[in-house]
Amino acid sequence: MLSYVLQRLCHGLLVLWGVSVIVFLLMHLSGDPATVLLPLDTPPEEVEAFRHKMGLDRPLPIQYLLFVSRMVRGDFGYSYHYRTDALEIVLQRLPATLRLAAAALSFSLILALPAGAIAALKKDSFLDVAVRVLVLIGQAVPGFWLALMLMMLFSVRLRWLPVSGYTGWRSLILPAVTAGSFSMASIARLLRSGLLEVLGKDYILTARAKGLSSAQVLTRHALKNAAIPAVSMIAIQTGWLLGGSVIAEVIFAYPGLGYLAVNSIGYRDLPVIQCFVTVMAAMVVVVNLVVDLVYAWLDPRIRLYQNDH
Amino acid sequence: MITSQERTGGKELLPGRPMNPGGMIGLLIVGCVLLLSLLAPWISPHDPELQDINRRLQPPTWPDHPLGTDGLGRDILSRILHGARISSGISLSAAVLSGVVGVSLGLFAGYFGGIPDSLLSRIADIQQAVPFMVLAIGVAAVAGAGLLNLVLVLSVTTWVNYFRVVRAEVLAAREEQYVWAARAVGCSSVRIIFRHILPNVVASIIVVATLLIANMMIFEASLSFLGLGVPPGTPTWGRLVSDGREYVTSAWWISFFPGMAIFITVMGINLIGDWLRESLDPRSS
Repeated sequence: MLSYVLQRLCHGLLVLWGVSVIVFLLMHLSGDPATVLLPLDTPPEEVEAFRHKMGLDRPLPIQYLLFVSRMVRGDFGYSYHYRTDALEIVLQRLPATLRLAAAALSFSLILALPAGAIAALKKDSFLDVAVRVLVLIGQAVPGFWLALMLMMLFSVRLRWLPVSGYTGWRSLILPAVTAGSFSMASIARLLRSGLLEVLGKDYILTARAKGLSSAQVLTRHALKNAAIPAVSMIAIQTGWLLGGSVIAEVIFAYPGLGYLAVNSIGYRDLPVIQCFVTVMAAMVVVVNLVVDLVYAWLDPRIRLYQNDH
Repeated sequence: MITSQERTGGKELLPGRPMNPGGMIGLLIVGCVLLLSLLAPWISPHDPELQDINRRLQPPTWPDHPLGTDGLGRDILSRILHGARISSGISLSAAVLSGVVGVSLGLFAGYFGGIPDSLLSRIADIQQAVPFMVLAIGVAAVAGAGLLNLVLVLSVTTWVNYFRVVRAEVLAAREEQYVWAARAVGCSSVRIIFRHILPNVVASIIVVATLLIANMMIFEASLSFLGLGVPPGTPTWGRLVSDGREYVTSAWWISFFPGMAIFITVMGINLIGDWLRESLDPRSS
């Protein structure tokens, strides 16, 4: 188990290193980073001085090493718009985004788990068909449009929920529904098909034959096995949830990372954007690591026979 | 006579399974959308760019403006019909581009294995650690909005989907007898990959592509909605929804109908994708 943990840890570090390359290259995508970082009407000699000061006149590999050594120390540069350390601003907004992502994940799990389980247990019943239609809708509805429609209905017409900003837990509801709807549909669908596959296995027949009730079969035998694909799905969903929360944050003016990043594009505030990309990717890496470990705990085959990965 | 299917021992795309009702509805929806977008210039009731200040913010009225008009008095139905061309064009070209990259790399990595395979697989891992929206924001910040950038961002973030599926299938196919036989008669690697393995992977590629096109439509619309996708003034469906943002309190129809267009189209594509996937893999139904 220890070697498995170490292997996953190294893998996570490798991915983070790759992300640092992406973030670095992002800066050079436009050709000359100085033109992106400085205001458009900067005089040429000031541009030159800036290039020298930031090391932009040195060879790319050296620049990359400088960039990484600063990044490791948490130095992403200075935000031009907020006039302070870029990492500081990003970390300030991080809790709000985590809160939203947690709310969105809870929303999707609370609906998806019972829906998926009922649909599998009562296959082809009315409930199953209802769940399948819901899944179909959830996977096709564009998040930003759902957000606008929810806002029109619940905030503007009915005045039940706040339109935008953050004024307590009620402000979380609509953004969480927006960001979580796609994940809800995917998880419900996966749990249903996972359970259906497990429920056809011989050991389930044995459990039924020895007289266990449906509930016992489900909780003692089926769920743990069906949970494996669903748990791996959560790793994939993290990206969706974070992406979905960006959109929800912008529409509801929710003070999180996504709102900050989209605004920073307008200000051409590259240090904040770079820091945002890195922090988001780091979150995905951490979630993946945790999921890999949970996965191995659920399924001993993975930690014992890991060589095929 | 031996058909190529038999020679390579392949599975058919739809091995004699009857069409399910979902797939039928999906084909119908997508067919209608494609037809309407092709015919857009002839069937649109108005010029999509024609502004009429006297008729701004008109609610849906038959037969003049069946879906209403926007803040500049432009006819929403006409704009949706014209927007269909751009939205589906972007999604299709991005799906093809990322498919070409992902499939070739997947074939290469799966067939040759070894260091190139580990390297490409690690790159795929790294790529997946950066969520689509996040990378798109990064690129938009540096390179700016634009059609080409949009297609590139969509392709860069989705090639992994093809790569993983194709690589896994090639890994399995590499040990099949027909590949051994081809090797024994002295076929070159290139010939084996393209003549013998590729036809067997095509079915999976089509499923991935179908489901990806649906996602691409949503991605494209989301980015255009945020103002990070197509240039301002281009009537893609995402843009049309965002046109209605400032009228959320007064004119619901501006955002509602373009969003419905996205929703219905994506659902149609997903239905086709599910049907294809089920016919290929009966277990996943």
